[in-house]
Amino acid sequence: MDALSQTAPAPGQGGAKEFLDQLFSAGVLTETGVDGLYGRSGDFEEVIERFETLVTRYAGADKAERIHFPPGMPRPMLEKSGYLKSFPQLAGCVHSFMGGEADHARLLQMLANGEDWTDLQQATDVVLTPAACYPLYPTVAKRGPMPDGGVLFDLKSYCFRHEPSQDPARMQLFRMREYVRIGSPEEVRAFRESWLERGPELIRSLGLPCEIDLANDPFFGRAGKMLANNQRDQGLKFELLIPVANEKPTACLSFNYHQDHFGTLWGIQQADGTPAHSACVGFGLERVALALFRHHGMKVADWPQSVRAVLWG
Amino acid sequence: MRDRIRKLIAERKVVAVDVDTLSDTSDLYEAGLSSFASIQFMLALEDEFDIEFPERMLTRKTFASIEAIDRSIAELIGEQV
Repeated sequence: MDALSQTAPAPGQGGAKEFLDQLFSAGVLTETGVDGLYGRSGDFEEVIERFETLVTRYAGADKAERIHFPPGMPRPMLEKSGYLKSFPQLAGCVHSFMGGEADHARLLQMLANGEDWTDLQQATDVVLTPAACYPLYPTVAKRGPMPDGGVLFDLKSYCFRHEPSQDPARMQLFRMREYVRIGSPEEVRAFRESWLERGPELIRSLGLPCEIDLANDPFFGRAGKMLANNQRDQGLKFELLIPVANEKPTACLSFNYHQDHFGTLWGIQQADGTPAHSACVGFGLERVALALFRHHGMKVADWPQSVRAVLWG
Repeated sequence: MRDRIRKLIAERKVVAVDVDTLSDTSDLYEAGLSSFASIQFMLALEDEFDIEFPERMLTRKTFASIEAIDRSIAELIGEQV
């Protein structure tokens, strides 16, 4: 069915900024003064909760182990993960004041003078989590060799990426729900295949148009160009795209096959001792919610009955 | 030029196997060249041959074998070796 309801602005029309302003004036999102950092309304949160319940229903038979980490992770873990090689521009490190009383007086003076007081801040052991699965791999490695058949996890975290934008679908702090499969190449590929089928089915059940496309991560610099080309050549990343607020549709789900990258890096072993392979499916929860508001209107009570039945039924 | 490429592969431990066991057409990825290692290797080749790979060459194919690397470098420095 054509998922665009009558209340939906045509995708690509109006642009991202106009959609953001609509969300503000409807009270769905609340402005904070920093692009990509917004308050969420009760309706918005409820949509995310209902959507997550739907995701769990689709995944239910898989019996994933649920494990939630906070939105901050150990700095050494990020350093070892290779994230800074690939995405230095997106990473966020938490800094704090660690001085004495004299430094505190200086800090207050600088604040009062409108000077840059952040010089007095030092890096802590905490970095902001860039993707929900990053703290998982070292955790799994610590458990020792995996059981036969591998493992499956259900994760969720607020994630940070430093890319301020007035596109509401590109927030600096957003939630990512993820299923991560770790096991043999065959097991993890089968897992990804299953979600490449389930994902579009799930999204279409919400009256949203979508398509799956080959994709690459926004790797940094010239070396990143090569990583991106490698990723595409090997078909390691697919995205489920929904028209939201831009001419280009927005990636709302992603399906990633890491090969043995994390298995080798963190020493995660299969039952036979060889490095484990891994794959994940990630749901950009805010992006899916924004797609729903974009296509079905700002008032959830007015959404098509068929969509309401799937979410609230 | 192929000898210099081989030497670099050995020095930088670009692959998991002894470089002498590789033919000029052997697949370096099959021999253990990882995505990250291929970037270090690319930068090392640029240093060694004083070249800069253009964007169109920053692909998996360019670095797939000694012969493929040789061909790309030859094209860049404009001489057949």
